[in-house]
Amino acid sequence: MSNPSSSAQTSTPGERAWALFKVLNDKKLIPAGYIEGLTDLLANKFDPANGARVVAKAWSDPQYRELLLRDGTAACEEFGYTGPQGEYIVALEDTPTLKNVIVCSLCSCTNWPVLGLPPEWYKGFEFRARLVREGRTVLAELGTELPKDMTVKVWDTSAETRYLVLPMRPAGTEGWSEEALSKLITKDVLIGVALPKVG
Amino acid sequence: MDGFHDLGGVQGFGRIPHTINSLDYKKVFKQDWEHLAYTLMFLGADHMKLYSVDEVRHAVERIEFRQQANTQYYERYVIATASLLVELGVLTQEELDEALGSHFQLARPAQSQGRPAITGRPPFEVGDRVLVRDERVTGHIRCPGYVRGKEGVVLHRTTEQWPFPDTIGHGDKSAAMQPTYHVQFSNRDVWGDACDDGFVVVDLFEGYLDKVPQQGGRA
Repeated sequence: MSNPSSSAQTSTPGERAWALFKVLNDKKLIPAGYIEGLTDLLANKFDPANGARVVAKAWSDPQYRELLLRDGTAACEEFGYTGPQGEYIVALEDTPTLKNVIVCSLCSCTNWPVLGLPPEWYKGFEFRARLVREGRTVLAELGTELPKDMTVKVWDTSAETRYLVLPMRPAGTEGWSEEALSKLITKDVLIGVALPKVG
Repeated sequence: MDGFHDLGGVQGFGRIPHTINSLDYKKVFKQDWEHLAYTLMFLGADHMKLYSVDEVRHAVERIEFRQQANTQYYERYVIATASLLVELGVLTQEELDEALGSHFQLARPAQSQGRPAITGRPPFEVGDRVLVRDERVTGHIRCPGYVRGKEGVVLHRTTEQWPFPDTIGHGDKSAAMQPTYHVQFSNRDVWGDACDDGFVVVDLFEGYLDKVPQQGGRA
């Protein structure tokens, strides 16, 4: 065995997680309901439907759009969508010639309250390594072909700013309600790897 | 720390395992233990106030290189939390081994005590050209290696300040508070011809940057 770390591992990741839990629990360091309450917040309350409502309102209300682009934290706070990993929020405005995309090359930093916890692929080594250097190629592989005259701007989440993408409102949505518009805003649209599509 | 985690721009990885708008994310925690990674991390960081999230990031970085490459995402945060709790004396390696029934491999010890931030300089302004300091830092740092020594343009200065990661990431509470700057780099300036055209914006602490003197014509 040339790899000391792998030869030492005879347990599974789950067994190791529960072993840590057991030691802390045996020492009575885990308050009743702490794990359950926080898990519910992370898994159920932090959801990309939150970001979808923010974008739909920005598309429908010019004053709110201006606020979102000037002070993203205040705009998201109007909905109550701030919290851990979402305390200093900046919205990135797509234009006909600019496509914004978010990554965290060093770990997985994401705007949790607005986008939900990051999906596996966003935390994967492939996305972290490649997006910053070959954004256009990565987007094409994922299924988003961009026009040649559109510049890709990748935002590496390397400090405390947490981003969301404000995409272009697609044609054919004139007069739609905010609720109908919000259905076009997926998690991948908020990360920036997808464009909102009608139909 | 010039470690495995500093993946931005590393070549040799294949396709991203995803197709846009797949709903795979809908089950947030896919295995019955995954929720423990963040909840136990926050138990120590937020509820017990034992360590900062910066120290958690550095503990993940300190996981042995090959182990880091071979572990799942949430697993690395279990290892990091366990490592910090052992280092802080809250629990012991023996207790973890006994609960597991085999050896619980922790992160490697820190090789640095951290460092203070440069302070006392005037802040940078939007539009300023800045140079990322060409520094090698053995401890924690929130500057991806690919922009080290590169010039960019300031797009935004934050209206809030946070503790310098290279200090607080080592548990040193004397960390200076600093704003960060959204600094835009041209891909060509970073990777020459071996990249797609475009820009990358990195959110950099003030202490990582120097202002480039005005040279005229290059703004």
